[in-house]
Amino acid sequence: MRKNKSVLLSVPYILWMVAFTLIPLCVVGYYALTDPDTGAFTLDNIRDLEMYMPVLGQSVLYSLISAALCLLLGYPVAYYIAHRTPVMQKILYMLVMLPMCMSFLLRTLAWVGLLQDTGIINNFLDWIGVGRIQLIRTPGAVILGMVYNYLPYMILPLYATLVKIDNRLIEAAEDLGCNSLQTFTKVILPLSVPGIFSGITMVFVPAVSTFYISQKLGGTDTVLIGDLIERLFKQGDNPNLGAVLSLVLMALVLVCTGIMNRLGKDEEGGVIV
Amino acid sequence: MSKELIRLRDLTMEFDGERILDGINLYINDHEFLTLLGPSGCGKTTTLRIIGGFLTPTEGTVVFDGECINDVPPYKRQINTVFQRYALFPHLNVFDNIAFGLRVAKMPKEEIEQRVNHMLEVVSLKGYGHRNVSSLSGGQQQRVAIARALVNEPKVLLLDEPLGALDLRLRKDMQNELKRIQQATGITFVYVTHDQEEALSMSDTVVVMDKGRIQQIGKPEDIYNEPKNAFVADFIGESNILDGIMLADYKVKFFGRTFTCVDAGFEPNEPVDVVIRPEDIDIVEPDQGHLVGTVTGITFKGLNYDIIVEFKGFKWLIQTTDFHPVGAVIGIRLNPEDIHIMHKSEYSGMFGDYSSYSAEYDELTEDAGDEEE
Repeated sequence: MRKNKSVLLSVPYILWMVAFTLIPLCVVGYYALTDPDTGAFTLDNIRDLEMYMPVLGQSVLYSLISAALCLLLGYPVAYYIAHRTPVMQKILYMLVMLPMCMSFLLRTLAWVGLLQDTGIINNFLDWIGVGRIQLIRTPGAVILGMVYNYLPYMILPLYATLVKIDNRLIEAAEDLGCNSLQTFTKVILPLSVPGIFSGITMVFVPAVSTFYISQKLGGTDTVLIGDLIERLFKQGDNPNLGAVLSLVLMALVLVCTGIMNRLGKDEEGGVIV
Repeated sequence: MSKELIRLRDLTMEFDGERILDGINLYINDHEFLTLLGPSGCGKTTTLRIIGGFLTPTEGTVVFDGECINDVPPYKRQINTVFQRYALFPHLNVFDNIAFGLRVAKMPKEEIEQRVNHMLEVVSLKGYGHRNVSSLSGGQQQRVAIARALVNEPKVLLLDEPLGALDLRLRKDMQNELKRIQQATGITFVYVTHDQEEALSMSDTVVVMDKGRIQQIGKPEDIYNEPKNAFVADFIGESNILDGIMLADYKVKFFGRTFTCVDAGFEPNEPVDVVIRPEDIDIVEPDQGHLVGTVTGITFKGLNYDIIVEFKGFKWLIQTTDFHPVGAVIGIRLNPEDIHIMHKSEYSGMFGDYSSYSAEYDELTEDAGDEEE
């Protein structure tokens, strides 16, 4: 009896998922395998994928670079927060979360104001006599946008992992002859591996599918797969090809998450994805 | 006597204005098994952590082998620690846990292998090298923790309530094991516990602590037989503690009666605490007794009965193998060597009265010293 009731509780969610995830997914699958003009079954769309491979590669590359930069920037911050007093930890945690309370679009637009040719930074550089330099519409600007927007997603899981490491383990390492660098490389770093994988996944997944950042901060040569999908659907060019690309992106994300989960699993503690 | 290895001089420790240690002076000899014994919050773990280098004393010095090591970080000290609840590295297997210190010291691979394998044998974990530490039982994890510390052949091994999480049976086995390892290796052990029986059975020297101060230092027998104050008398074993007057050397008066004792060197008519161990009291017929009392409670303890006997409103604990029902009137005799005299101290009057004694008493004291930070 109890079991039946608990199934009932999940019915609304199941209905929701079927209506707004499963059915749309089937529609996407249908589009992917049909001809844009005739609606007949075809594999042409998949064949057309080949010419978009460079865009896909570029998306993966930018996202990996962003994830790596987030890790380099985020780890020390997470480590710092994890070693403060509980009250201080809460305050710093809030500060990390704070930018996420503001609209993602607004935050990206703010970077446009900073980086554009007549933006604040260039005006300043011009004023001090350096002259204006190309900041916006560069790969660097796109990666900057990704790092800026997704850094909290790296810091939070890292912090969650680091704060759980028993201080006795650190003392034990010191007791057994480790200086602080050795303590870090031999104990803290290995024990924070689940947080690292979790953070990389949480930065990589949204970064690889983003379109807004590259549209606002990137140029014509920094088109990412997300932009492409958006354009194919929105401008009515070829929703069928867009559907194929969406599925490819989904597969990519699933594979990456799977790999990260598998790698993180060998270590103690779960991966937050 | 072997040479002095560690000396703590006037150690004071304060956390947030609270005094945790208050003038600790102690020396530890090479090859000694020394136990810091005391209730929760007495400062024993703090003292151990200062020796280990995890805390810097507010005042005072730690001298190791003739040199002040106050500012020497833990990793440069020839001291290893067995932590409370083991602190094994969860990302390493048993072998790698034990090899950790040797690898940090960049020892050749063959030698590491040889020493770790030898250590696994010493702690009876041969063949467990590849096992994940989280798959081990508490007792096995305990032995890995000991092996991980001992394999570095430290001058001193610090043990912070290492057997606290084990059940009674395993604890007894591990006590013997630790004593055996200590004697075989000759390494100085500094052992922290709140379990008086553990302290008495394992140690060469027992240091009884309370309120951040050392109450008494001595051999287990001396601590038990010649407690310095009411706290020690009560904490180590059971004691009946009475107010008395030392009339002269070897003459003490309590309960309106003068007894012969073996203590001397007190001021004439000095008020003193008189300790009488419950197992030292002889029960006789009422007409032959020095004192006559009425049994008010009896608890079967397996080895003996604990009976509570009321003498003129003061209740004593007496241990006897004979059954005396509640309400029975009995006499007791006290031989001179059964009476131990102590100077009055801040603890006088706080312990040794069994008026509120109940069977739960033991359980309460068992729980008292679980955790100390």
